[in-house]
Amino acid sequence: MINVRHLIKRFDGNAVLDGIDLSIEQGEIIVVIGPSGTGKSTLLRCLNFLEKPDEGHITIGDLSVDAAHARRDEILALRRRTAFVFQNYALFANKTALENIAEGLIVVNRWPKKIAHSRAHEILTSIGLADKADAYPASLSGGQQQRVGIGRAMAAQADVILFDEPTSSLDPEWVEEVLALMKQLATERQTMLVVTHEMSFAQDVADRVIFMEGGRIVEQGPPSQLFQAPEDPRTRDFLRKVLVNQPINPLG
Amino acid sequence: MNILNIDYMVGLVPILLRYLPLTLAMAFAGMVLALALASALAVIRVLRIPGLNGATLLFISFFRGTPLLVQLFLFYYGLPQVLAFLTQINGVTATIMGLTLHFAAYMAESIRAAIIGVDRSQTEAALSIGMTNGQLMRRIVLPQATRVAVPTLMNYFIDMIKATSLAFTLGVTELMGATQKEAAGSFLYFEAFVTVALIYWMIVEGLAWLQRRLETRLNEAYRR
Ligand SMILES: Nc1ncnc2c1ncn2[C@@H]1O[C@H](COP(=O)(O)OP(=O)(O)OP(=O)(O)O)[C@@H](O)[C@H]1O
Ligand SMILES: [Mg+2]
Repeated sequence: MINVRHLIKRFDGNAVLDGIDLSIEQGEIIVVIGPSGTGKSTLLRCLNFLEKPDEGHITIGDLSVDAAHARRDEILALRRRTAFVFQNYALFANKTALENIAEGLIVVNRWPKKIAHSRAHEILTSIGLADKADAYPASLSGGQQQRVGIGRAMAAQADVILFDEPTSSLDPEWVEEVLALMKQLATERQTMLVVTHEMSFAQDVADRVIFMEGGRIVEQGPPSQLFQAPEDPRTRDFLRKVLVNQPINPLG
Repeated sequence: MNILNIDYMVGLVPILLRYLPLTLAMAFAGMVLALALASALAVIRVLRIPGLNGATLLFISFFRGTPLLVQLFLFYYGLPQVLAFLTQINGVTATIMGLTLHFAAYMAESIRAAIIGVDRSQTEAALSIGMTNGQLMRRIVLPQATRVAVPTLMNYFIDMIKATSLAFTLGVTELMGATQKEAAGSFLYFEAFVTVALIYWMIVEGLAWLQRRLETRLNEAYRR
């Protein structure tokens, strides 16, 4: 359903993404791991054109975009088919929780305000924040803000939700509730591409884990295979360092 | 020192207040025009629009770098000598022009700072759900920038109200010009200028009160 071909992104001549090929099935949950500075965020940002890739093709459903020659309307169309969850939540500070979720429906999808708000209410209920509808971001905890951030992405009805380290800015006490919501989305078979350091989430939820290094996909496979029997020495090296601090249950 | 002539002062107030509408009208006109111009200049600066950006920098530099009184004299006495079509320019128009250009230069920088101050990640969030630049400016960035800019802009407005008194040097009979005339007739300079000072002070205090109420409302979304 989603097809990425030979995606390249350079910063100051450095290829931060060095020819990424990736296919994602409808309903697939993919976790991307890898060392810092490897291009994980850049990959996600290129997929909805927060960064403009230098080369490559991105296909989502019947929409196919040649990155080097992407037109404005193609970029907008692509963004409407992808939704982004940010590490620092990035909620609209001047809007309530409800308005944050309804905003895209009203402005982008041109829904009447009333209908957008009632849809936003449904989403708030499903993420367990119905009582916070009228709260502004500044008055919410980190975990609540990130759940609203996920709610905003859910409202977009995107073909895929891109998560860039959604729990990395959170105080430890809020991590679980955000992961629980992501697991809930996974059981609903929402297609997701998740960059995270939460290895147990990858183990429990992912259909496929991708290990990236140096702007390339080094190795990928189901979590059982990638975690228990990594083939590439770079993967083994990375996992050894990470899993020391974060043991995962090998039986998953 | 003679004792203050309170009766004269009390009697002077209604006379001077007849000129208050002109003073306020010049300030309001100047403020509205300056806001519009300053917003345009700020957007040019934020987006670094080629060609216009340099001109904007020069404009801001000149109008911040020279005294308002010099600018007013330039418009009223100077320019009509070189630009024939400006011969009809009257003191009120010249004042509004001067106030607009002078204060726009200052306000452009506050507005620009306020726009830049809005967390960049909110812009990205808006883009990520498919909003256009215009939509995200209107619905996300400008409302937040407004809240940041309002206290500074109100201060400029207050400054502008007081600066309208310079119009009297262009022969305009506004609050200050009227006071000057009354004082010259009565020779009670001290009483007259204390009275007009009190009038300006009251106006400014009234505005400061409005400003506090406005800020409370604008800050509603940000209380923890
Ligand atoms: N806007 C930019 N301009 C220049 N260089 C950039 C920019 N954004 C990212 N980079 C560089 O690209 C490389 C990849 O960055 P990216 O943020 O994608 O890595 P990452 O895998 O997400 O790392 P982390 O785990 O630390 O988040 C880094 O070397 C980074 O410095
Ligand atoms: Mg990153």
